[in-house]
Amino acid sequence: MAMMAIRNSASRRTMMSSPISGLRYMSTWWKNVEPAPKDPILGVTEAFLADSSPDKVNVGVGAYRDDNGKPVVLDCVREAERRIAGTSFMEYLPMGGSVKMVEETLKLAYGDNSEFIKDKRIAAVQSLSGTGACRVFADFQKRFCPGSQIYIPVPTWSNHHNIWRDAQVPQKTYHYYHPETKGLDFKGLMDDVKNAPEGSFFLLHACAHNPTGVDPTEEQWREISQLFKAKNHFAFFDMAYQGFASGDPARDAKSIRIFLEDGHHIGISQSYAKNMGLYGQRVGCLSVLCGDEKQAVTVKSQLQQLARPMYSNPPLHGAQIVSTILGDPELKSLWLKEVKIMADRIIGMRTTLRESLEKLGSPLSWEHVTKQIGMFCYSGLTPQQVDRLTSEYHIYMTRNGRISMAGVTTGNVGYLANAIHEVTKSS
Amino acid sequence: MASSMLSLGSTSLLPREINKDKLKLGTSGSNPFLKAKSFSRVTMSVSVKPSRFESITMAPPDPILGVSEAFKADTNELKLNLGVGAYRTEELQPYVLNVVKRLEALASFSSLLLISFIHFLNRMASFQAENLMLERGDNKEYLPIEGLAAFNKATAELLFGAGHPVIKEQKYVATIQGLSGTGSLRLAAALIERYFAGAKVLISAPTWGNHKNIFNDAKVPWSEYRYYDPKTIGLDFEGMIADIKEAPEGSFILLHGCAHNPTGIDPTPEQWVKIADVIQEKNHIPFFDVAYQGFASGSLDEDASSVRLFAERGMEFFVAQSYSKNLGLYAERIGAINVVCSSADAATRVKSQLKRIARPMYSNPPVHGARIVANVVGDATMFGEWKAEMEMMAGRIKTVRQKLGKDWSFILKQIGMFSFTGLNKAQSDNMTNKWHVYMTKDGRISLAGLSMAKCEYLADAIIDSYHNALLYWETPIEL
Repeated sequence: MAMMAIRNSASRRTMMSSPISGLRYMSTWWKNVEPAPKDPILGVTEAFLADSSPDKVNVGVGAYRDDNGKPVVLDCVREAERRIAGTSFMEYLPMGGSVKMVEETLKLAYGDNSEFIKDKRIAAVQSLSGTGACRVFADFQKRFCPGSQIYIPVPTWSNHHNIWRDAQVPQKTYHYYHPETKGLDFKGLMDDVKNAPEGSFFLLHACAHNPTGVDPTEEQWREISQLFKAKNHFAFFDMAYQGFASGDPARDAKSIRIFLEDGHHIGISQSYAKNMGLYGQRVGCLSVLCGDEKQAVTVKSQLQQLARPMYSNPPLHGAQIVSTILGDPELKSLWLKEVKIMADRIIGMRTTLRESLEKLGSPLSWEHVTKQIGMFCYSGLTPQQVDRLTSEYHIYMTRNGRISMAGVTTGNVGYLANAIHEVTKSS
Repeated sequence: MASSMLSLGSTSLLPREINKDKLKLGTSGSNPFLKAKSFSRVTMSVSVKPSRFESITMAPPDPILGVSEAFKADTNELKLNLGVGAYRTEELQPYVLNVVKRLEALASFSSLLLISFIHFLNRMASFQAENLMLERGDNKEYLPIEGLAAFNKATAELLFGAGHPVIKEQKYVATIQGLSGTGSLRLAAALIERYFAGAKVLISAPTWGNHKNIFNDAKVPWSEYRYYDPKTIGLDFEGMIADIKEAPEGSFILLHGCAHNPTGIDPTPEQWVKIADVIQEKNHIPFFDVAYQGFASGSLDEDASSVRLFAERGMEFFVAQSYSKNLGLYAERIGAINVVCSSADAATRVKSQLKRIARPMYSNPPVHGARIVANVVGDATMFGEWKAEMEMMAGRIKTVRQKLGKDWSFILKQIGMFSFTGLNKAQSDNMTNKWHVYMTKDGRISLAGLSMAKCEYLADAIIDSYHNALLYWETPIEL
């Protein structure tokens, strides 16, 4: 009995008094870990969810809503899921992802009859939506062009900065948004492109620029492409809204097609988060146009090599939905219809919002609301005005004044216009 | 064995120096991915300038996933794939668990139900339902960066046991849904790089090939601790303890929770106690990779006993989990990283930083697999069915082991999906080239890919390769 007591107390003593095993000592492991700042975009939705006001409006995160303010599952997606359910074996996809899905996705970006697809000159891998495509490209850029930088437009989706930062690629910016006109600072953009060292990497939004909604015109894209040629720059297109801008995917890919016609070897990030409503499935594609098939095979192998220690191979489900839809002419045609409906609803809401503000007698011009394109409207609201919208009217948006038009409905557009008018009428 | 990935594939494109030593990628001045200087330029038409990626070399085929690709290309009837660790039935077919099939069938129906439910709730202006819906991710909206809450809760409970103090109210464990085991390991590696500058990870010799890639790409230095003893085809326990003791204080020790990959050799419960002792003594941080919970012994709880032992000790540690094998959800990439902290505050901060790492990698994780796991674990009937199916899968593998073990008793002492045969590279090559048996070059076979019917064929192949490989292949193969 005594022996046991001694043994027990001895072991307890070893456990507790040893400076190595005491909890007090252990808690120093994480002493240096600071709380991370809230993500500016996703944090908005969190705050919105926590708000109990019946009037609240979420025009923060760029996820499409129907006119009742509800998320939408596309009919083509539901049908695809019905066909897929229970049929497939969930074996690992190859590291490059679903071949079928990638094939169909390339057609969307490069054109159905693209010579580059036919000649197998495109290195392409399935990616974790647009974020994943950008990240793998950024890592690829770091590994194979280690001295290079990335030129990022001002402003841009905030996560672009995080992506290239974590890939340890130094960033520079180029002029893009013109606050005075709430349009494109074309001269500033061209100057920056001209002044960048030859062979620089540029991040371009193919259509429906996020967060401004300001896109170059076709003519401007042609000029940009010519200047890129003269400077031998590399164009990396982030295309997250194909179909969402004009309602016509082919038209929305115009900037890319122009660059391809002009002979550029580009990179593209594509996402199905918005245009197929597959947000949570994380399905997209990274492609890099190469000089020939051999190089495409080589580059693809290196893209896979980057993916393997990140996630091994990409998730299957979303890719199956995409290839089921795009591989079936009927479903594909249904999808195209549904994309147009979504885009048209947004265009309609832009018109209504603008007209409502004008009717309220706002002293400001709201022309930009209808000139801008895609899911977002760069309202021109200041952070202080945005804060007032949130605290007084329970309207949630990111502090840069970006309004997600997808969150505007016939039910809330009047309330929104009124609130905006109230916080801006004295400016 | 733990051979450098660079030694496989098109070696002719790589500078010779790379082949000679096991280069730790990203740590030296020269970039092993770029070709040596002289190479021919591709002639192109006038309007197209030479690519800036001209100097990029072909990456070698992955030593594990590349095996399956070679297997697919083989037209021989007798071919056998013992490469990648994916479970097969006795008929050598992939296996979708019944619970998963049922859930998937329900999913499409339930999304219809859900839409009408949502419209109903909308009329009630209930923000809580919306909260719940977004929370559950049923509408395919983005999950939060940390993943599906129901999944995170379920996965921590599975690992530590439902009533465990560390997860009571989930305060002390930071759990983030990750992209299966790989993605979860990568998040942890990035956290280590960011907050434990200079700290090293010790990995077993050998270990899963992708562990090194993960730490290399995350720029975390690593070294090996002795593990496999080729003489006994067992655990080099003395060597393991010695190497852990010798590591600088505060190192991370990567441990396989159960069913060690690739050897199939696990420490005994007594040995686990000693391992915990020495880790505590040296103030190291344990880092568990749990990819086979339930698959090793057939029991979820038993397979988690090593992790739970460490939790009992009040230690702070990492655990990466994967549901690829035990729920057959390979392709959906579902797993989790858990960081056990000694305070709720620390867990909160750690979780926020893990999210900050995930956001620029993929923003938020895929929903499909998470929902399946959460639903299976959350429903008593389905959970029971799953446990039964897992026992069946583990049982089949044990049976195959027993059949093979009649000739090779060491196979009986190993556990889990894999078996280290002790064959060297030349012998493994003979297995493939002569017998169309696909396995990894380190001598690892996946018993999950083997049926009772094929055991004799495999036995013949092994015996032939063991004795005769060096006769068939005259040129010694470089490692």
